[in-house]
Amino acid sequence: MPDTQQDGYMTADGRRIGPVVMEMRNITLRFGGVVAIKDISFDIREGEIRAIIGPNGAGKSSMLNVISGFYKPQEGEVIYKGARRPPMKPYQVARDGIARTFQNIALFEGMTVLDNVMTGRLNHMRSGLLGQAFWWAGAQKEEVANREVAEKVIDFLEIQNIRKTPVSRLPYGLKKRVELARALAAEPKILLLDEPMAGMNVEEKEDMCRFILDVNDEFGTTIALIEHDMGVVMDLSDRVVVMDYGKKIGDGTPDEVRANQEVIDAYLGVAHD
Amino acid sequence: MPEQLLFAMEVTLNGLMAGVLYALVALGFVLIFKASGVFNFAQGVMALFAALTLVGFMEGQIPFAHLINAIFGTDIHHFGWHVNALVAILMTMVVMVALAWCVNHFVMRHLVNQEPIILFMATIGLAYFLEGLGDLMWGSDIKNLNVGLPQGINGWIDETTFNLFGYGFFIDNLDIVATIVAVALVIVLIAFAQYTKQGRAMRAVADDHQAALSVGISLNFIWVMVWSVAGFVALVAGIMWGSKSGVQFSLSLIALKALPVLMLGGFTSIPGAIVGGLIIGVGEKLFEFAVGPLIGGATENWFAFVLALVFLVFRPQGLFGEKIIERV
Repeated sequence: MPDTQQDGYMTADGRRIGPVVMEMRNITLRFGGVVAIKDISFDIREGEIRAIIGPNGAGKSSMLNVISGFYKPQEGEVIYKGARRPPMKPYQVARDGIARTFQNIALFEGMTVLDNVMTGRLNHMRSGLLGQAFWWAGAQKEEVANREVAEKVIDFLEIQNIRKTPVSRLPYGLKKRVELARALAAEPKILLLDEPMAGMNVEEKEDMCRFILDVNDEFGTTIALIEHDMGVVMDLSDRVVVMDYGKKIGDGTPDEVRANQEVIDAYLGVAHD
Repeated sequence: MPEQLLFAMEVTLNGLMAGVLYALVALGFVLIFKASGVFNFAQGVMALFAALTLVGFMEGQIPFAHLINAIFGTDIHHFGWHVNALVAILMTMVVMVALAWCVNHFVMRHLVNQEPIILFMATIGLAYFLEGLGDLMWGSDIKNLNVGLPQGINGWIDETTFNLFGYGFFIDNLDIVATIVAVALVIVLIAFAQYTKQGRAMRAVADDHQAALSVGISLNFIWVMVWSVAGFVALVAGIMWGSKSGVQFSLSLIALKALPVLMLGGFTSIPGAIVGGLIIGVGEKLFEFAVGPLIGGATENWFAFVLALVFLVFRPQGLFGEKIIERV
């Protein structure tokens, strides 16, 4: 059981999982009278792939939105980088090193793939408006440096051949990959993926799986993801949180979760008599 | 060359110059529409307000003088100094940025995610508010704006064309300056949108709010910036129009002339605003020249709108606008 070790451990396949980087404490989120998330606590360790699963309407996306600042929980706190995180706007959360993708792709449709990925670098660009107007050389240098990172990500995700294509012309699967590229270009401390494989065919799913594993392996990126597909989740993740009707019903390694009776009931349904 | 043809050429040239001024106002509309989806009805009044403020600073007028006099029974009007045109322009720009911040902070920020028609109504309100504020601050009399731009007939063109054709073209120096300024402005705006970090952020916000937030862009910052840029364009338009025909409240009506320009060029296209402005400018001058005498003149008042109407029927997205295709 990894939780007993404070400073991390090695996985069976030789990746290093570090200490806790984010901890959700007793999060409760309500929309009017509807309780979307009820008193949920869990943590995310550095370098791990952490999955949040559950049936439709379990509150998974709400949880992700709480982490990324789109929703403000009524109760509970988020501990991030060792301190309690004050209420933040989504753009502040993004600047604080948390990048995300969306369930329904949110790309800049009018821009090219490269431009989209470059927006992920905005937080790493320092020069102001006047600086760019009057100190062209410096701004240029910065642009080139950021461009290099963007190109590296583009190469890594194998979308070099569509770099200059407007996003609106791409098929769904590639759009998802571009969105991942944009999030990755920000070099986030935590990468949040909201159903990265939703709506994909088997081949695209396999590709996406491979990319997620490679990203985690190559860059050591901490990833928290939501997924419906149980098979995918079990293959990918180091630890899994299971939610149902806004409550946490399981938390542990894929094997532990798979053996959990409550989880089985939630997924397969249970006869009430 | 026959006299008629030469005259038509002169009219066309003058039309092009007038079109540049229409395009300047239309540009302000396009900028805000592209970046925030708001059709800013107040753009014309912003140009008026900018021109009023500029004249006020240059002449050393005391803002709200009438109000102060009415309340305290004083009789003050001027500080008694004059400000250099360039300094006054910079001061006016500061005012326009402050205005942009206020518009976002007190109006637009509270209307995020509302229907476009609601945002549009808000800008109509803003237009009337600004008109009243301008009146209250600087008075409603017609003012002369002279920032030192050359005015009057361009002697060189007059002479050259006279030597060539035996007929001197009348081209106003101010119109030539306006054209150069407009071209420079468009180049700067395009460079800003395409090659700066803020420009990229602006395009991102225009495209998708949620995605923009997720990469760390502050919407409020971008909106203030966009309104500031629109204020800057309004200032340029205000200087040009004010120099040409004096700073008066009918200036805000040029916003109405920008509407047909936008329908022609498309609401989302910067080149469209330019080309649309030129077509309207040339079109209405030529129409007045060719058809006007046959039907009793004064065609310039309605020609642009009829042209826009024709476009609405046959090409609703304008010449350069994005075609909207709904998938079923």
